[in-house]
Amino acid sequence: MKLDPTVCVFGEDVGHYGGSYKVTKGLADMFGDLRVLDTPIAENSFTGMGVGAGMKGLRPVVEGMNMGFLLLAYNQISNNCGMLHYTSGGQFKIPVVIRGPGGVGRQLGAEHSQRLESYFQSIPGLQMVACSTPYNAKGLMKAAIRSENPVVLFEHVLLYNLKEKIPDEEYVLCLEEAEMVRPGEHVTILTYSRMRYHVMQAAKTLVDKGYDPEVIDIRSLKPFDLHTIGNSIKKTHRVLIVEECMRTGGIGASLRSAIIDNFWDYLDAPIMCLSSQDVPTPYASTLEDATVVQPAQIVAAVEQICQ
Amino acid sequence: MAARSISDSTAALTIETSVPFTSHLVDPPSRDVTTTPAELMTFFRDMSLMRRMEIAADSLYKAKLIRGFCHLYDGQEAVAVGMEAAITRNDSIITAYRDHCTYLARGGDLISAFSELMGREAGCSRGKGGSMHFYKKDANFYGGHGIVGAQVPLGCGLAFAQKYKKEDTATFALYGDGAANQGQLFEALNISALWKLPAILVCENNHYGMGTAEWRAAKSPAYYKRGDYVPGLKVDGMDVLAVKQACKFAKDHAVANGPIVLEMDTYRYHGHSMSDPGSTYRTRDEISGVRQERDPIERVRKLILAHDLATPAELKDIEKEIRKRVDDAIAKAKESSMPDTSELFTNVYKKGFGVEVSCQICSN
Repeated sequence: MKLDPTVCVFGEDVGHYGGSYKVTKGLADMFGDLRVLDTPIAENSFTGMGVGAGMKGLRPVVEGMNMGFLLLAYNQISNNCGMLHYTSGGQFKIPVVIRGPGGVGRQLGAEHSQRLESYFQSIPGLQMVACSTPYNAKGLMKAAIRSENPVVLFEHVLLYNLKEKIPDEEYVLCLEEAEMVRPGEHVTILTYSRMRYHVMQAAKTLVDKGYDPEVIDIRSLKPFDLHTIGNSIKKTHRVLIVEECMRTGGIGASLRSAIIDNFWDYLDAPIMCLSSQDVPTPYASTLEDATVVQPAQIVAAVEQICQ
Repeated sequence: MAARSISDSTAALTIETSVPFTSHLVDPPSRDVTTTPAELMTFFRDMSLMRRMEIAADSLYKAKLIRGFCHLYDGQEAVAVGMEAAITRNDSIITAYRDHCTYLARGGDLISAFSELMGREAGCSRGKGGSMHFYKKDANFYGGHGIVGAQVPLGCGLAFAQKYKKEDTATFALYGDGAANQGQLFEALNISALWKLPAILVCENNHYGMGTAEWRAAKSPAYYKRGDYVPGLKVDGMDVLAVKQACKFAKDHAVANGPIVLEMDTYRYHGHSMSDPGSTYRTRDEISGVRQERDPIERVRKLILAHDLATPAELKDIEKEIRKRVDDAIAKAKESSMPDTSELFTNVYKKGFGVEVSCQICSN
């Protein structure tokens, strides 16, 4: 926002309140009410306004207080944000960033535990990334703001309290690039966002049991970084996808498809995909835990794949 | 002084509302409200029970027995209680996530409420909904909704079904001052007006949409007027008798003429939810000022004492009894078990329609 005066923020309680997850804390004091805009609770209309502002040369960052709330703006995101560049024959660019926390939290209930990457992935013209560490959050945010395309940046409700030492200076990460978290030889584990942490927890157990998993945080949900992913598969020949999306129509489903299309000859075993259950996320803690993939299941899956 | 029991008389009593009604496009009802000693005592009991339930929920939340989001209604009790007094269980109510007390008003019980808040299988939603999702179908209480404003179009759909089935009943669709700026309200109101549906849109204006004051979110915070072509009434939401009068008036109007907007001028003592201290955007003086001047329970207490319907000691006894009821209900709810893991997959579809689910339940 310091570098480019056209960058502004729309969202609920992003200004004076400082953001419900404090992502925009202090920005209102620094940049004022015209650049950090507290909207009424009106996702449909304020997302549409962000798209319109983008068409006219601004670079709005639109926050969904919870990504789930952006379902209310689906029409704006799909038809306007994603397609106007195409349907206007290239006349308009929509350099907006749509961002916010999503995913399954701690007993937030079904409506506040959604994974919108499943729904948005089909929208042509949208780019989607998921951050997972303080380091990649900063780099991806900057990349998203600079991009000339509309980018949906998926944050996770449970990852805001992570602490990490990161460089003060400017750095921008590549939106389309996956991140090698742990090189290995036996199996390629593809994951993103919060599940990265469940995978790494499982990896500890797997290493103790003598396995050598390669863990890749795919980060780019649309398009997939098939270059990094492909190189890994050519080495290990076995793939496990661990995602937080529900089984039906999730990122995992699409990724599986893409791998089969591109790397079939390199596979020594069927691709396994661990997903959340196809259910509304229940409130009770035991049920919620059973909804998402747990490290024990990841360990069992690797053991099965590597038989 | 001769001993006398707390008055349960049903002799008519006429009491004036705190302020006259302000109206838009309609002649307001009289500010003289007919009630009875028995009804006033019921108001006192019901609101005190709600108050105690919400305060107990606060403690349970801090003890981490209630998790996630929890939005408390203390301060706003008069709206739930006054509305219930004006209508029947054949009328429908739908509200947002600040729904614990509305559930109680519609006949919900404490054990089901606390069980639900603690995620137990005895909860009114079997532990699968949580604080924001209380429902009671047999009492025509349609919840219980987490997404701001989305319940209003649902409410207008309920009103359509009532008209279609020629029921002569109405739907009260509640929303907050924050939700009042949702486009879908205006869309739903337009259709309701075109089709003359018995929809009553009730804005519970507690003056803050989470951390944003109404004047920063609404170009026109005269919510009762924002129906534009739809008539509206502004009501002191801290005065249970005014609420009752307004709701009765609104129901009669809606069944005969189509939609009407009610604005309840009310106040929440807690922050927006248990995650919000409620003090960064308003002063403690403001909060204590409202508690001092306009508390709905204190208002009724004064009326009861002024009309000699009970003594202060008797009212205190009622409050003690309520405290015990709430404590007992919490104890019972705590005993209730967590839902069985098989519950993860029930109620996804209505029974009889199959769904193949591959079980990836944790090994424990």
